[in-house]
Amino acid sequence: MTVKSDSPLSKMTGYLMLALLTLLSGCEPANTEDSIFTDGLVYCSEGSPTSFNPQLVTSGTTIDATTRQIYNRLLDFNRDNYQLEPSLARSWHVTNDGKKITFYLRKDVAFHQTRYFKPTRNLNADDVIFSFERILNKNNPFYRAARGNYPFFRGIKFEQLVEKVERIDDYTIRFILTRPDASFLSNLGAPFAVILSKEYADQLIAQNEPSMLSMLDYLPIGTGPFMYKEYRPNAFIRYQRHDQYWKHPVAIEKLIFNITPNNTGRLTKLLTHECDVISYPIAPQEIRSRDDLQLEEVTSFNVAFLAFNTIRPPFDNPLVRQAVSLAINREAIINAVYFDQAEIAHSLLPTASWAYNEPQTKLPYSIEQAKQLLADAGLEQGFTLDLWAIPVQRAYNPDARKMAKLIRSDLARIGINVNIITYEWSTFLRKLSDGEHQAALVGWSADHPDPDNFFTPLLSCSSARSGSNRSFWCNRNFDQLLAKALSTRNAKQRRDYYLQAQQLISEEFPLLPIAHAKRAQAKTSLVQGNILTPFGGITFADTKKLAGEKQ
Amino acid sequence: MVLFALRRLNLLLFTLLMLSVVAFSLNYFFPGSAIVNITGLVNATDAQLASYEKLYRMDQSVFFQYLAYLRELFNGNMGVSMSTQNPISEELITYLPATIELSLAALLLAMIFGVPLGFIAAIFHNKVTDKAILSVAMVGYSLPVFWLALILILVFSITLSWFPSSGQLNLLFEIEQVTGFKLIDILLSDSPYRWQAFQDALEHLVLPAITVAIAPMTIFIRLARTSMLEVLESNYIKAARAKGLSNIKIIYHHGIRNALVRIIRDMGLQFANLMTLAMIAEVIFDWQGAGSWLIDSIFQRDYTAIQGGLIALATFTFFINILADFIYASLNPVERYTRHATR
Repeated sequence: MTVKSDSPLSKMTGYLMLALLTLLSGCEPANTEDSIFTDGLVYCSEGSPTSFNPQLVTSGTTIDATTRQIYNRLLDFNRDNYQLEPSLARSWHVTNDGKKITFYLRKDVAFHQTRYFKPTRNLNADDVIFSFERILNKNNPFYRAARGNYPFFRGIKFEQLVEKVERIDDYTIRFILTRPDASFLSNLGAPFAVILSKEYADQLIAQNEPSMLSMLDYLPIGTGPFMYKEYRPNAFIRYQRHDQYWKHPVAIEKLIFNITPNNTGRLTKLLTHECDVISYPIAPQEIRSRDDLQLEEVTSFNVAFLAFNTIRPPFDNPLVRQAVSLAINREAIINAVYFDQAEIAHSLLPTASWAYNEPQTKLPYSIEQAKQLLADAGLEQGFTLDLWAIPVQRAYNPDARKMAKLIRSDLARIGINVNIITYEWSTFLRKLSDGEHQAALVGWSADHPDPDNFFTPLLSCSSARSGSNRSFWCNRNFDQLLAKALSTRNAKQRRDYYLQAQQLISEEFPLLPIAHAKRAQAKTSLVQGNILTPFGGITFADTKKLAGEKQ
Repeated sequence: MVLFALRRLNLLLFTLLMLSVVAFSLNYFFPGSAIVNITGLVNATDAQLASYEKLYRMDQSVFFQYLAYLRELFNGNMGVSMSTQNPISEELITYLPATIELSLAALLLAMIFGVPLGFIAAIFHNKVTDKAILSVAMVGYSLPVFWLALILILVFSITLSWFPSSGQLNLLFEIEQVTGFKLIDILLSDSPYRWQAFQDALEHLVLPAITVAIAPMTIFIRLARTSMLEVLESNYIKAARAKGLSNIKIIYHHGIRNALVRIIRDMGLQFANLMTLAMIAEVIFDWQGAGSWLIDSIFQRDYTAIQGGLIALATFTFFINILADFIYASLNPVERYTRHATR
């Protein structure tokens, strides 16, 4: 059998050759138009955001991706001295009884103009009122669209605190509080208290389609330096510069979040310059040793801790919680997990906080005491423990799985058998909020420098209901101390209350503070300007990229 | 030919039916309620779920549930992803073309290099060249694909900076998705940076395509070698020799063409292997295809996506197999009369 030369097969070979030629011809150097590489910046982030509206979340990944890119808040924090400074509000005034707070807004703030929304007016009082109304007013359609799920605001009992938000004139609004609250202004500077567009919300309502309402949170409109362009889950977010940004011109035209959960993958992309900036770098020594890369660190207010689920056995018994706390060698963890870029946490509060006080007796590392306590609790034969470890790198915990393994070997010595459990990040957060865990290695990055931001979201009864209290610990005395601290404007007295609160934590062990870490990030030397901030996420508004070779 | 086609299509139909039974039964084996597993609506209200229960006839026997499931499947309704709440069919349309693109590029590479090398080995049968090619093929076949991928990244991306280590295209290029095939989309786009983007996309394709191509290539080498050896032993070649044709003419005019026909037949079988390799390569090279999407879904316990991915990938692989069979049969009349599923 032979095949004639005009057979389909020889034609196919011909097509193959043609295809190959096309491929090769594409390899000719195109005229080099380098501006696309200098106007754009690729940031490799560690996870997908769960929403594009920070009002709905607590996760740091989402805050990084949204708050300071898309939005502005009424107030901001100074990068150096942690003091409040004006943002969308150009000034503010608090009455003597601390219950009326008036904000005077800027008049030159333009909203994003995108393919799905064309603004006709600048920011005014209506937008600010709407942004808080959707959180406060249960009849607001957007309150229902989000199922009233505002974890940060629920944690600070925002709806009980704010009696109403008044419109004084087009550019003046007033918050009327039910009681004075010393942390109120700080909370408005937190990354969750962003200002949305009422005009955009009205446009969504006008479409008369219930499912469109959630677009407010998924196709965002804000006043920030970048506007939303495209998002593909687990792959990338594309932002475009907001040319009418009110604060200052922005140098970066295209901002890409390349979502790379794998630590090694992020490092590889940095080494090959596929990413200009990466979050949570591993191998800091290697990065420091290279001329084309830079490592940056910023002291941030955070804490990594082991949360015991206090409503499920065996950790409903404080003795067991204390026993496990005693049996964990935190010094080894600081050394092996943080490479000494952190300090042992003796309290939830970092040492830089004004409400921190060096405790007289620090929690020791003692296997004997731990065994004794377990015996007192009737668990001398030990038990099996499911320890949940966060799947992503966070500022407060660069490698939770490694930490979990260290804890596993520590706890094996007191007869506790540890299973390490982890899920993909958004699934992990959901299951954690549902309280499916026994104990979890999690942490907290503060949203603002006020000490209340550590206690109320992490350990108050209201946060136990909203799910951000991973210990589900609810203690009336503790909540009363927090309430008293908030109602006083006397700094010394506030500090006293917080010291008592910390004392209560160290007696009850709802969680074991492990470390306060520095937040690090790596970038190529071509990228200039501050990106990290001490509170609430990163910003690319002040960043620029120098011209250089592509590779 | 008609009979042959009918036999093949029959086989396709039954295999797909079996596949759908497996996928359907998964809804009951996965944890959680069946209706949530089918639809993927994890946050739905009771009223919504009730209407879907009606759609899927959950009140009737399993057989009718299966029929309802098939009906929805044929309508392209595979539910929504549990993690993103986007329709599975939409996600597949987004991600599957990337996998096909990578697989085709790898298949092309494997054929272009594997087949000629195999022929060369056969022509120099039992000589040093033959032994060298065979041992290289053996080494290539034994290399674990993930290891090869990492070595390629280490050498060509990190050390030499020749090729990028991840993705399909530098994300700074904004190319609108039309077909999902990156190279085609770039050519269709009206971006001023089109050619630059095209070059960038090709650079991104090189390392993953080589990774996926190596193992099938070694198989093609051995197939081509065996096939050519058989052809060279056959009577018509002996007759040609006796006629006094030169060796080069014999191999060019008779040997290559006849040997190639047999390789086409095995191309379809290799494709299944290729898809598996592509899935691993996708994860390592951060290639946004159906493989890495499916593996992500497994990590996220996204049961609707696992099912949808399973059905789509299996259907596609099977389809390619049948296609290769048709091509082979059209080239080789003898095959049309052999019974199916006998080899």
